Amino acid sequence: MTATTTAPLATTPVRTVKQPSARLRAWAARGPLLPALVFMIVVTQLPFVATLVISFFDWNSLYPKARRFTGVDNYRQVLTDADLRHSVWTTVLLTVAVVLASLVLGLALALLLDRRFRGRGVVRTLLIAPFLVVPVAAALLWKHVLYNPEYGLFNGLLHYVGGPQPDWISNTPLLAVEASLVWQWTPFMMLILLAGLQSRDQQQIEAARVDGASDWQIFRHLTLPHLRRYLELGALLGSIYIVQNFDAVFTITSGGLGTANLPYTVYQTFYQAHENGLASAAGVLVVIGSIIITTFALRVVSSLFREEASRA
Amino acid sequence: MSTTILRHRRGLGLGLVAWLAGILFFLPIAWMALTSFHSEADAATNPPSFAASLTLDGYREFFGTGGGASPWPALINSTVASLVSTLCVLLLALPAAYALSIRPVKKWTDVLFFFLSTKMLPAVAGLLPVYLFAKNAGMLDNIWLLVILYTSMNLPIAVWMMQSFLAEVPVAVIEAAQIDGARLPTILARVVAPIALPGIAATALICFIFSWNELLFARVLTGVVAETAPVFLTGFITSQGLFLAKVCAASLVISLPVLAAGFAAQDKLVQGLSLGAVK
Repeated sequence: MTATTTAPLATTPVRTVKQPSARLRAWAARGPLLPALVFMIVVTQLPFVATLVISFFDWNSLYPKARRFTGVDNYRQVLTDADLRHSVWTTVLLTVAVVLASLVLGLALALLLDRRFRGRGVVRTLLIAPFLVVPVAAALLWKHVLYNPEYGLFNGLLHYVGGPQPDWISNTPLLAVEASLVWQWTPFMMLILLAGLQSRDQQQIEAARVDGASDWQIFRHLTLPHLRRYLELGALLGSIYIVQNFDAVFTITSGGLGTANLPYTVYQTFYQAHENGLASAAGVLVVIGSIIITTFALRVVSSLFREEASRA
Repeated sequence: MSTTILRHRRGLGLGLVAWLAGILFFLPIAWMALTSFHSEADAATNPPSFAASLTLDGYREFFGTGGGASPWPALINSTVASLVSTLCVLLLALPAAYALSIRPVKKWTDVLFFFLSTKMLPAVAGLLPVYLFAKNAGMLDNIWLLVILYTSMNLPIAVWMMQSFLAEVPVAVIEAAQIDGARLPTILARVVAPIALPGIAATALICFIFSWNELLFARVLTGVVAETAPVFLTGFITSQGLFLAKVCAASLVISLPVLAAGFAAQDKLVQGLSLGAVK
């Protein structure tokens, strides 16, 4: 657990090559790595460079001859355009709300599942299922089968208790999208936190219990500090995936009613409005936003990575 | 004595709460399954008709016997894109993971983190150049373009997962085999494979799930010929009168491979989704 035990970084014998053919051997060792590395650079890094270049051009694909260099004009336009600015805000709101709600729910479920009870495996399977529905299918399910004001399940159940019959998507569009995403992402958070709970030091907890610590004290002073990293990891991975969400917004509201987030706006700007330059500028802004999240994420992942590695 | 009884009772209560939560989360899926077996008229009632008679009409409609577009081309496209890209991922990721764990190159953690960082950049930012490239290269509406893109999307995940699985193979065993005169292919087949195979299988399942689910690129880059199952599903976004049973049947059929793969990979799911950071 601690730094005193040898990390595999140190235990994997660093095969120091001191023979004359050292360089050849080093390349032989790198060889298996190269196809994957080259493939990744070509397919994922080059498009980003292209995006960056296009973002400095005024380029509507319907008028290809009018293409010209405009410097940072696109960025100015993206940052001053009310719709685009709104989509930045929507992205933040959507991501934060979904990540927080699914983390809290996921934690509660993980704590419930960390205990022994009859049928625990079945309950775990039931809880994972929402995450394993194809995202478009899940969005369709919420849009048509649950939310529909006339024959949706929600209003059907409300009918039994004589409740109101709201039009969920029209009344609270963003919340409607968020609820469907929370349903899908809570299992993800639960799985990560459950893994965290099960990696606790059981002896320490037993010792605390023998010393008369209450359940709440154990949770507050032992479990929660241990879970901190797992909570961070869940939040960061969740943010990375949900910032990029397209399926739910596209399916449930088609970006209408003020729910267009950045990925949807980028899609719309170039696919429907054919504004290549503007779309690229918006894309670059998404990248900058994710780099900020990524910097933190990489730090958390690398600290967990070291901890897990040193425990093994 | 009384405190143990109290604790026991509370344990029962919390178990019950867990069951309730499980059922609540599963309810939408159960309702979707039930609705898919109802007739369209029974599917769209308020209050809901739980005990309506069952029929396969929704499935017949979905599979196109009712005159609509057949989902088979889309299902086949998705199968090809997911299976072939998963295969490509394995072919590229296995040697890479080997060079990052069993016989690590210098600065192998840096390489590992480079792979991870590509996964964290939003795909949407590369969408336009990919689209323009495909348009100029005549590769729009071509399933092989999706194969390439899905391979790049899943490669980082696979490299991370397999690195952690291969790292579990004890170096001492490999060295012992080397001393006994075993050559590399033998070592890989006899020593590494048995230990790492379950992990590799789980990696493949997770890559398959991500490829099968993908919508944004498929939506932009494919048309009538190469459309995938999720793109086919977007045809149901606008209401078409009484069509709930058909929607439910379609959603369920298209989700079935993912549900199956996910349950099969259940134990390794966390590790894959956290890119190997959590075991």
